[in-house]
Amino acid sequence: MRTNKVFMRLQCALVITILAGCSPAPDSLSLTGSSTIAPVMTEIAQHYEAEHKIRIDVQSGGSGRGIQDVRQGLADAGMASRALTPTELAEGLQAHTIAYDGIALIIHSDNPLTELSREQVVALYQGKIDNWSALSLPARPVVIVNKAEGRSTLELFLQEFGLKSEQIKADVVAGENQQVILTVAGNSGAVGYVSIGAALAAESSGATIRTLPLDGIPATTEAIANGSWPLQRPLNLVTRGQPDTDIDALLQYIRHSSDARRLILDYQFVPATN
Amino acid sequence: MTIRLAGLTLPGRSALSDGLAKSIGALLSLSLTGLLFALLMTLIWQGANQLSPDFLLSAPQAGGRTGGINSILVSTAMILLVCLAALVPLGLASAILVTQWLASGSFPERITSYSMDVLSAVPSIVFALFGYQFFAITLGLGFSILAGGLTLACMSLPLMIRGTEQALRGVPNELHQASNALGLSTSGMLWKVLLPSARHGIAAAIILSIGRALAETAVLLFTAGYVLRMPSSVMDSGRTLSVHIYDLAMHVPGGEQRAAATAIVLVSLIILINLAVHRLLRTSEVSHAR
Amino acid sequence: MTTSSFPQPTDRRDRLLFVLCAISTLVVVALLLLLTVSTVLKAVPALPSLTQALTETNWAPLSGQFGMLAMIVGSLTVSLLALSLAAPLALILAAWLALYSPPLLRAPLRTLYELMAGIPSVVYGLWGLILLVPLVNQLAPPGASLLSAAIVVALMILPYGVLLIDSRLQSVPLTARQAALAAGLPRFAMFRAVYWPMTRDGAVKAMVLQFGRAIGETMAVLMVAGNVVALPDSVLAPVRTLTANIALEMGYADDGHRAMLYLSGVLLLLVAMLTMALVRRNP
Repeated sequence: MRTNKVFMRLQCALVITILAGCSPAPDSLSLTGSSTIAPVMTEIAQHYEAEHKIRIDVQSGGSGRGIQDVRQGLADAGMASRALTPTELAEGLQAHTIAYDGIALIIHSDNPLTELSREQVVALYQGKIDNWSALSLPARPVVIVNKAEGRSTLELFLQEFGLKSEQIKADVVAGENQQVILTVAGNSGAVGYVSIGAALAAESSGATIRTLPLDGIPATTEAIANGSWPLQRPLNLVTRGQPDTDIDALLQYIRHSSDARRLILDYQFVPATN
Repeated sequence: MTIRLAGLTLPGRSALSDGLAKSIGALLSLSLTGLLFALLMTLIWQGANQLSPDFLLSAPQAGGRTGGINSILVSTAMILLVCLAALVPLGLASAILVTQWLASGSFPERITSYSMDVLSAVPSIVFALFGYQFFAITLGLGFSILAGGLTLACMSLPLMIRGTEQALRGVPNELHQASNALGLSTSGMLWKVLLPSARHGIAAAIILSIGRALAETAVLLFTAGYVLRMPSSVMDSGRTLSVHIYDLAMHVPGGEQRAAATAIVLVSLIILINLAVHRLLRTSEVSHAR
Repeated sequence: MTTSSFPQPTDRRDRLLFVLCAISTLVVVALLLLLTVSTVLKAVPALPSLTQALTETNWAPLSGQFGMLAMIVGSLTVSLLALSLAAPLALILAAWLALYSPPLLRAPLRTLYELMAGIPSVVYGLWGLILLVPLVNQLAPPGASLLSAAIVVALMILPYGVLLIDSRLQSVPLTARQAALAAGLPRFAMFRAVYWPMTRDGAVKAMVLQFGRAIGETMAVLMVAGNVVALPDSVLAPVRTLTANIALEMGYADDGHRAMLYLSGVLLLLVAMLTMALVRRNP
């Protein structure tokens, strides 16, 4: 019967593919964590693999997953798009910063707004201003886009503007930077905050958003690099205790090779000079 | 059925409702088809300029921003194979057990079909966590194509079993009776009569399971993983098309066009696979005269 | 007439078949039992907060508030609305496809539905976010709402519904069709009198399966529902479903919080079980 033969062939294919895998694996490293860092790390790993005899597997899954995997020894290093908490540091986890990322407010490109003062940002996010006409702009309902709990961007935002999570009256809660960007890009009255890298990349791809300056400083990677941009988060490789030789070699590569630095800049992050 | 009234021939009530049904159905189908087409067109409009034979044949570069998707295609194919190799035999066998040896409407039968229904409601995120915990960690498979394929098989089991069960139950009684009259054993009846007769439903179940498998993202991210490299075995981690689309669209700066292009490839793949399944199971032949 | 082309009845073959099928079913049952049990076990630590979860709407895990009511309502309303949009539509589309459509269009149309069934939820989510949400925003901000989520989920389950019902309609026996044609029935009457009674059960079961899918959908809903934890006061209000909540918070949840998230997963299953039991009782 024809189905019988197909069946047989599928089984054979499966057996062969399994058998093919029974060869000793070369030296390998596994990195898990932040989906912000994963793309640039994948590229760095690809370049590194070409020059060194080691295999680097990069997995995504979020900063939390990365830290947990390192803690449990399931990964050689974790990628976290935030600083470590005191509890984590007390456990012996170490953070090795490889880059910096800024956070900026974004609005729809049709919104004529040029700048928001800190008081205005606080008022907006507390739900005290519900129409842009209150700021002498064309009347449009204000749509506040907030990040979901646990995101480092939210924590930094709250800290910077002296807000508490309960005080925020959000209209839309987003999980990822790109979701904030797409929401704001599709709504002329929306305001949100995202990673500057993501915002700049989206703008250059033609997304209908604009970053807002903070304290008069425009949101650029230069501002992050020279330290003038107030809202910054570190992009870290996390290890349990001291990094072993392989990880250390990778860290050196990331921090010192021109290839790695170029890649980090490509993604609109600022390389860590250390 | 027509009505004759004052020398005029009018459509009768049933003909009228027939005409109405036909037009409403046509209108809705046309609108929905138009909508679906428009949605697919947005993909093509965004991503078509990225497509080329090179795209399919060369390896991903720059984290997926340049280069092609060859390793991703291979990973996807391998995961599908693993999934089907586990899903089809298990699903068919379980459905056969339920239909042949459990009386319809009996308690065991009701419980099994009820649990299958409930399991289809398990959120994919729960499967993702389960798959990671059980296949990747407990069974020690790690981030691998094997772990991904097996988790996907688990996810699609309810659909496969229910679909096959429905298909088998739909085989008319006369065929059962004729088989018994001919003295066929259960296995003979299954192989020669029931399965061929139920093949439309079984093909539908398989196609939908494949569709579901290809569409899954979170589950695969947690089990088969994120690695872009060409896999050398089922124990390697490998990214599927859906994971690649997700990453390009949501995390890679300026990756939207390539995400759309990859989505176009995914859609074409589905068409090809469905054609293959129909051809293999010979369900493309019209079995009833119209 | 010889029947030598048919396999002779042998107890051995049947027994082998039975054993194989039994083993398979046991493996399936074991796996799915493992899934359910491990999920339930992870939810057990959260049981003391069950009443709070079911009756309160305030969800602030970092301050120990675990009121899930708003999200339970969110999940229910999104999936029920999606199903009420998709089910009648699936039936009409499947009936039209199987009975009325020009034969040449049939295969391409089926392929279109099969295609839509395989598109990742992230693509549906993006379509919803980029195309639908701005549209709904014109009706009332923010656009990301219960309605948007319901429409996107309806769109996702529609192809499955159509294909499943269509395959049931296709397997209506020739004899029944011939009888109806002989009676001179036009197609709609044929559908009502012959096809529908024979396929009704299957069609209902197919849609019940899709309800399960609807209530379990995560990623697409996450992108278009708004994710604000609050009881919706209209279909245009943002909602958060239990699934989106799990996806948003599982990554950073500590043990107590995590147990609550698993509890919400179990609640979801219970809701699905209840709804499905009801449907089975009176289809």
